[in-house]
Amino acid sequence: MTTIRARRRSPYPSWFYLPAALVYGVLFLVPTFASFYFSLTRWTIFDSHFIGFENFVNFFREPALVSGLTNTLIYAVVTSGLKVVLGLLLAVLLTSQIIGRGYLRSVVFFPVLVSTIGVGLTFTVLMNPERGLINESLAAIGVQGPGWLTDPDLALLSVALVDVWKGVGLATLIYIAGIVSIPQEYFEAARVDGAGATASFFRIVLPLARPATVTVVILSLIGGLRSFDLIWAMTRGGPGFTSDVIASVIYKQYQAGFYGLSTAGNVILFLVVTAVILPLYWFLTRKEVEL
Amino acid sequence: MFDVPPRRLGAFAAAAVASALALTACSAGSLGSSDEGGKTAISLLVDNAEATVKTAEQVVGDFTAKNPDITVKVETRPQGTEGDNIVKTRLSTGDMSDVFIYNSGSLFQALKPEQNLVALDDQSYVGQLDANFKTTVTAGGKVYGAPFGTFMGGAVLYNRKVYERLGLQVPKTWSEFMANNAKIKADGKAAPVIQTYQETWTSQLFILGDFHNVSAADSAFAEKYTKNQAKYATTPAALEGFAHLQEVFDAGYLNKDFASAKYEDGQRMIALGEGAHYPMLTAAVANIAINNPDKVNDVGLFALPGTDAATNGLTVWAPGGAYIPASTSGAKLEAARKLLAFIASPDGCTSQAKASPPTGPFAVKGCELPADVPQSIKDMQPYIDREGGSSLALEFLSPVKGPSLEQICVEVGSGIRKAPDGAALYDRDVEKQAQQLGLPGW
Repeated sequence: MTTIRARRRSPYPSWFYLPAALVYGVLFLVPTFASFYFSLTRWTIFDSHFIGFENFVNFFREPALVSGLTNTLIYAVVTSGLKVVLGLLLAVLLTSQIIGRGYLRSVVFFPVLVSTIGVGLTFTVLMNPERGLINESLAAIGVQGPGWLTDPDLALLSVALVDVWKGVGLATLIYIAGIVSIPQEYFEAARVDGAGATASFFRIVLPLARPATVTVVILSLIGGLRSFDLIWAMTRGGPGFTSDVIASVIYKQYQAGFYGLSTAGNVILFLVVTAVILPLYWFLTRKEVEL
Repeated sequence: MFDVPPRRLGAFAAAAVASALALTACSAGSLGSSDEGGKTAISLLVDNAEATVKTAEQVVGDFTAKNPDITVKVETRPQGTEGDNIVKTRLSTGDMSDVFIYNSGSLFQALKPEQNLVALDDQSYVGQLDANFKTTVTAGGKVYGAPFGTFMGGAVLYNRKVYERLGLQVPKTWSEFMANNAKIKADGKAAPVIQTYQETWTSQLFILGDFHNVSAADSAFAEKYTKNQAKYATTPAALEGFAHLQEVFDAGYLNKDFASAKYEDGQRMIALGEGAHYPMLTAAVANIAINNPDKVNDVGLFALPGTDAATNGLTVWAPGGAYIPASTSGAKLEAARKLLAFIASPDGCTSQAKASPPTGPFAVKGCELPADVPQSIKDMQPYIDREGGSSLALEFLSPVKGPSLEQICVEVGSGIRKAPDGAALYDRDVEKQAQQLGLPGW
């Protein structure tokens, strides 16, 4: 034990950690704690004055915030749910013996590589209710397409669908890795015992791909909670405030020059993400250990 | 083995120093380029609207022809809140272009002119500026801007061909306006009212352009509003604007694609008669003149109608200003001052009028409008000539303008939110702005 420890220590004198600690401290720790303070002030670049919890009170009185909060949760749950289901199904398909498997895998992954803003702008054009390709195609088969991004009830879901289209490749990739790492012996044993495809999916793939599920859920939930770029590129939170999420509400406060208010918003976002992810992570990993 | 041989460490250090030197050399070079060949190079930042860029290039061309020892590079920025953000950020980081064009009035006040801009009171042209304009670029008793562009009207642009065909009269009251809309809808060939909510800022005219009617009902509204004594939701005349926005939606008078149409679509529709009314700033006329030059005289203008025909009048926007940031200094400051003096001279007005048709009268004494201005700009003149026929928009009389008005208008104008609720929400939005500005009484 001691020799291992000693050897582990030797190549790194402790001052080696200093640069990293400095960078981490200056770029992450100091701003984080500074933001806690500035969320209690009304500030501009030049000065600030302390106003206590007024920013938080104001922020929670913001009607856009309440809808933004629910929208954020809807968006996170919808995108992460769809990514799990579709990602798993695609991964099962793409690990089976089908023609052009490598090609199909790269096709599924391709949207992940494209810039989010580019995807957003492209789909805004495609989803235009009068002149967009989607509704024109629907019209060709006699269906009157909805205003994907202009109908207040649909806008958020339309953006969520685009998010899924763009992000499902990554979920699929993680699932493929998870499924491929399941030893073939299990499937052979199941076949000998007379299990069909459905049974081996539910009894073998699903439980043994659990680590992959945990990763996909956590990643897509965090992604969904702090999603901003796609929503901003496609609807700017509109029509009105109907597709606003917390991040876009905060951004708009910054844009308007309400720096204190938006810092308070960021602190709230930080707390919300922590409050959602910590218990979820704990719950999911605990289950894994019990398994 | 993490030991780096000393020799190589030295090489690393040398490389680091060399690259640092290269970097500084680079930036010093680009900063120092201002005096190359005895010429002073300055930059001019304008928004990227087609008409603005064209005007800026024309002005710069005429200016440099007169001042061959100065070169001016025109840079562009986005419009709307995104552009506001860029201007504010670049100003507060001391990284602004040598001259920039920006709104006057409340948006100008939000730039903290005393800290960030160079005052112009010692310049000879200040005495020649229109008094209304001068108040909109004054902070702490000092003038900071030269007028770029002309006064603008915020009014209803209407298609005269449609009016002719249906034998309609220009409405003076809201009920006459709605009666006209009913006839246009019954005719079925044109959308009665054009709205273009894809670009949210275009949604605000029913409220902002209605301000003359508000101040006609209560001349002290702007002052009380700034002091937190008058509210949109509780002042009947001010609430009207929101109600109008809701009425045209409820009556089904909007163009079918109102939610996805853009500013450009609106300009095309009003010029070609696909729509009959477009509540808009007369800045749109300059764009119509560029894109549909043969149709620009089919577009007429009337002030937003209110309840009382006798007091109906036009709400006008003061021109934007050309400003010099405090970060400009030395030879560049001299060159920038010359550019501003040119912009605020009759020659500068002629130059601007050459680039794109003026959207209203100039703010410099001695500048005349050319004879061939579009019809809708001519339609502004009677309002301006009549005593009490026009007033400055609220954003020039009060520093308080809520940033979310455009989204609120989109909500009210597409039936998501009711008018009184929208007005109340806007009042809360305004409150945040006033608090951020640190105004007394909030």
